[in-house]
Amino acid sequence: MFRYYLKLGTLSIRANPILSALMVAAIAIGIGACMTIMTVRHVMSGNPIEHKNDQLYHVQVDNWNPDDPYDDPDGAPVQVTYLDAKALFDAGRAFRQTTSFKTSRVIQPEGADARPFQEESRATTADFFTMFDVPFLYGSGWDRSADETLEHVIVLSRELNEKLFGGENSVGRTLMINDESFRVTGVVDTWNPVPKYYDVNNNPFEDPAQLFLPFSVAIAGNYDNSGNTSCWKPIPDGTGREGFLASECIWIQMWVELQNESAKQDYMTFLDAYVEEQKLIGRFPRPLNNHLRNPDEWMRYNEVVDDDVDVLLGLAVLFLVVCLLNTIGLLLAKAMRSAKNTSLRRALGASKAELFKQHVIEAGMIGVAGGLFGIVMTWFGLRGIENLYADYDFIQHLVRMDWSMVMLAVALAVVSALGAALYPTWRTCNITPASYLRLQ
Amino acid sequence: MEIGPIWRAMWQSKGGYLLIGLQIAVTMAIMVNAFAIMQERASKMGRPSGIDEANTFALASVAFKPDLDYQSLIREDLEMLRNTPGVINAVVTNSFPLRQGGWSEGLHREPGVGKSVSSSAIYFVDEHGLETFGMNLVDGENFTPAQVAWDSDSDDFWPATVIITQALAEDLFPDHEGSYVGNTFWFNDDNPANIVGVVERLQAPWPTWTGVERSMLVPLIRESEFSRYVIRTEPGRRDELMPQIEEMLSASNKERIIRSVETAADARKLAYLGDSSMISILTFVIGLLTAITGLGIVGLASFSVARRKRQIGIRRALGATKTAIVRYFMIENFIVSSIGIVIGAILAVALNIFMVQAFALTPLAWYVIPIAMLILWTVGQVAVAGPARRASNVSPAIATRSS
Repeated sequence: MFRYYLKLGTLSIRANPILSALMVAAIAIGIGACMTIMTVRHVMSGNPIEHKNDQLYHVQVDNWNPDDPYDDPDGAPVQVTYLDAKALFDAGRAFRQTTSFKTSRVIQPEGADARPFQEESRATTADFFTMFDVPFLYGSGWDRSADETLEHVIVLSRELNEKLFGGENSVGRTLMINDESFRVTGVVDTWNPVPKYYDVNNNPFEDPAQLFLPFSVAIAGNYDNSGNTSCWKPIPDGTGREGFLASECIWIQMWVELQNESAKQDYMTFLDAYVEEQKLIGRFPRPLNNHLRNPDEWMRYNEVVDDDVDVLLGLAVLFLVVCLLNTIGLLLAKAMRSAKNTSLRRALGASKAELFKQHVIEAGMIGVAGGLFGIVMTWFGLRGIENLYADYDFIQHLVRMDWSMVMLAVALAVVSALGAALYPTWRTCNITPASYLRLQ
Repeated sequence: MEIGPIWRAMWQSKGGYLLIGLQIAVTMAIMVNAFAIMQERASKMGRPSGIDEANTFALASVAFKPDLDYQSLIREDLEMLRNTPGVINAVVTNSFPLRQGGWSEGLHREPGVGKSVSSSAIYFVDEHGLETFGMNLVDGENFTPAQVAWDSDSDDFWPATVIITQALAEDLFPDHEGSYVGNTFWFNDDNPANIVGVVERLQAPWPTWTGVERSMLVPLIRESEFSRYVIRTEPGRRDELMPQIEEMLSASNKERIIRSVETAADARKLAYLGDSSMISILTFVIGLLTAITGLGIVGLASFSVARRKRQIGIRRALGATKTAIVRYFMIENFIVSSIGIVIGAILAVALNIFMVQAFALTPLAWYVIPIAMLILWTVGQVAVAGPARRASNVSPAIATRSS
């Protein structure tokens, strides 16, 4: 019967080409609008480190102003001071730990006519690469010992290695950066987590660092932080860099890897004890307010997804509702037009259930067609968004459709079409046998 | 009028009319809220930044050799820039309006840490800042060269004089009347700042900040590996001077690189990219939505005309004029549209209240609703006009046929 109903459906669609085209178009446009925004939202709200979500934690300790809490939901600063970063890192109480900040470095390529250029860099520690599962093309990250001995080692991005060494294995080669010589220990393979979860304070939607170098080297060399720095307590006049490092200014991102729930509890206890100890020397004037948040929680806490995306998503869903109301109206019109036919079929013995099946299959066909065209519409929608945001380099990473989105588009279209078909089908099924035959 | 009979006829097959009414209602809710958002964004984008945007560009100098004498480098650069024909003035500063990155400070009315009473964006400039930014000094005077200090990394020095914006002055001293010049506030626990001048307007670097109109000029030049120059040219000469100046600075000293060359117009475009895109997307959505609703009305009206051919024929045979037939369908559509629009207005307001709460949007202006009503009434009447005309062409003779 299924194939027969498919055939009937095709006939019916052919019999009302304009009405059918209008329905397919309405579903396709509604699906296109929804899926365009949902795709962008899907990418923006993704968690690239899902598989380690229960092991990685961002560290927050509340060293803020006693009179004026930090301006976020639970009043805890979103970065840490150098004092705390150093103390917590040196304590080494987590399975792995990393402190890092964003810095700009000038690379001086070899060759007389080669122009120096600036690259976004990340000063970090050895564990960064293992904690965040950074894939390596050549070599690896540096040893933990390099963090202590201030060894001048670097890890390059694949792109930068391409630019400097033509893409060959550059492990062991040296590079001049701000007049200091560094040795390459590894080249990262293509790695572009979206969002850039390890540092959401400084634009979660930007390209990752092009080079990585030891945190300790950056501190010793007075490298400027090119990310956000926030202070509440003035730095004593004339204390310069030393004063800044000893200040209550926050500018460092700290993450720890804790293998299970009890390790997390232990670390939390350790953090609380650390803060209590610091209180004795006059720091941490606020009540205990420490937090460990996993990547999911951390991104939600920082509202990585822009409000505008949610507003647009809401409007897009309403848009789909309009398209579906349109489709219901048209289906109803179509059902009434073929009332005579239905009435005849009923008179000839088709049961309500069979009629229901027939019409649902027809609606399903329109839904599938709408879904397929909807994918095309989504593609155009995403190209439109890409065009609008052409000045924002990162946009190309936010408008990528994956298979899950394609499947969702078709599923949404079919469900929508079936939902839309319910009322008209119900009306059709209630047509009394032979009622329309009397007119003849 | 025939409203009574039309209404009773519609009631007979209310399902279809209800659907189109609902569709109009949801369309209205989306349209009104989209208009409200567009209006909000457009007015945000319309705020002037306070600088001469058309003729201003900026670039950064990043030194990479240690032990460079930053002070002499900056002095040389500034002299070169200011002596370039076509340049009105240039200044070394940390940021400029619309750049989306900068420095801000909490401010106090009394010395001591405590809770700050206001906050402001900080622009470090020398006495050329006022002219370079093209600001309008409404009270007091510019910095004197003697007031401008140099600050190396080793001493954290805060000058004791500032020029602030009118908006910052009002926020700092809400009860003050008369001139703000001569008033003092505090930066940190012990850094007093004496107001020597007030400018009409100078936006902070972050257009999304609620305090965007609060900023100040601080007469300080910070010596570090990074310096940003803002350059104002004579009208129309910006594009010609940009590459020329970039090349000139690059060639003058090989121990630094010149980067981040951008015009104030570029910065504006980037700063409001989200808002301008939102307006484009919503315009497109409203257009598409109106088209779909219009087509839906055409489709249903055509169907209704086709179904009622016989009835129309009978009316024509009984003496109804063509105009009367057209009027019938027009009124029918007007009734459906009106019901949809009224429900839509309620939905629109409810949706707006929800969005204002959930996303901190500005509530919609009342006049958006009548505008959307007019648009939807017009769309409905235009959409139904075609099918109605076709209906009026139904031959009266059809009444004599059996089916």
